[in-house]
Amino acid sequence: MLLVTGLGLALLWAPEDADQGPSQRIFYIHVPVALTAYACFGWAAWKAFRLLWKGDERADLESYTAVHIGVIFGLLTLVTGSIWAKVSWGVWWTWSERQLVLFLILFLFYSAYFMLRYSTEPGPRRARTSAVYALFGAVLLPVSFLAIRLADQLLHPAPLFNRDGPQMSASMFISFCVCLAAMLTLAGALYLIELTGKRVDARLRELRELLA
Amino acid sequence: MSTGEKYLAAAYLVLFAAVLLYVVLIALKVTRIERELTELARLAKERAGG
Repeated sequence: MLLVTGLGLALLWAPEDADQGPSQRIFYIHVPVALTAYACFGWAAWKAFRLLWKGDERADLESYTAVHIGVIFGLLTLVTGSIWAKVSWGVWWTWSERQLVLFLILFLFYSAYFMLRYSTEPGPRRARTSAVYALFGAVLLPVSFLAIRLADQLLHPAPLFNRDGPQMSASMFISFCVCLAAMLTLAGALYLIELTGKRVDARLRELRELLA
Repeated sequence: MSTGEKYLAAAYLVLFAAVLLYVVLIALKVTRIERELTELARLAKERAGG
């Protein structure tokens, strides 16, 4: 419902940008999807921290699931960003933009998480190694996020939020907020479904071993 | 349809396709779990002599 409302507001209610025309409406999915990816990676790092600090074994699966969802949203960020770049700048990708490259590094870093995880045997050692890796990735989060604010603005748009508040009209801001809430809710729902699925899989494995 | 509108539609379709794909994958997973549970229930009944 929230997603349909958000997309409806973005496509039908929010005013069209005078400079970019209809393609500016990609903003309402691209930015919320990117922020959701950051949130997922942040959540994964928090769960990894809990595993290392408190020895909470459930946090391993939770951290892994958050990385899983974050990578999906990261991929969507890159794809929607590329489409927006093509229509706005005439290219699918440019290496001269630090923000883009840093987000790609963040995405590849968390994509490599799966290689690390599946290259070691399941158990406490794998859980700890994965947690350290996920926690290390948290260092890249502020770097990637702040790059959009600190880097020279060549092609990538300047941040739309500064100390004076949102640099857009009220209807644009409301549409953006609803889209962001929708993406976060979608990610949360996918996270819970994926986590439940993985837990059920683990229980099934145990049952199979017991009955074998 | 202008070029901007085509790219806009493409971006929104990518998101829609991703969500749809995920729903299909989850549906496949639930079907597999149901199949495995049925198999395990059958095994458990056999063990119990039922």
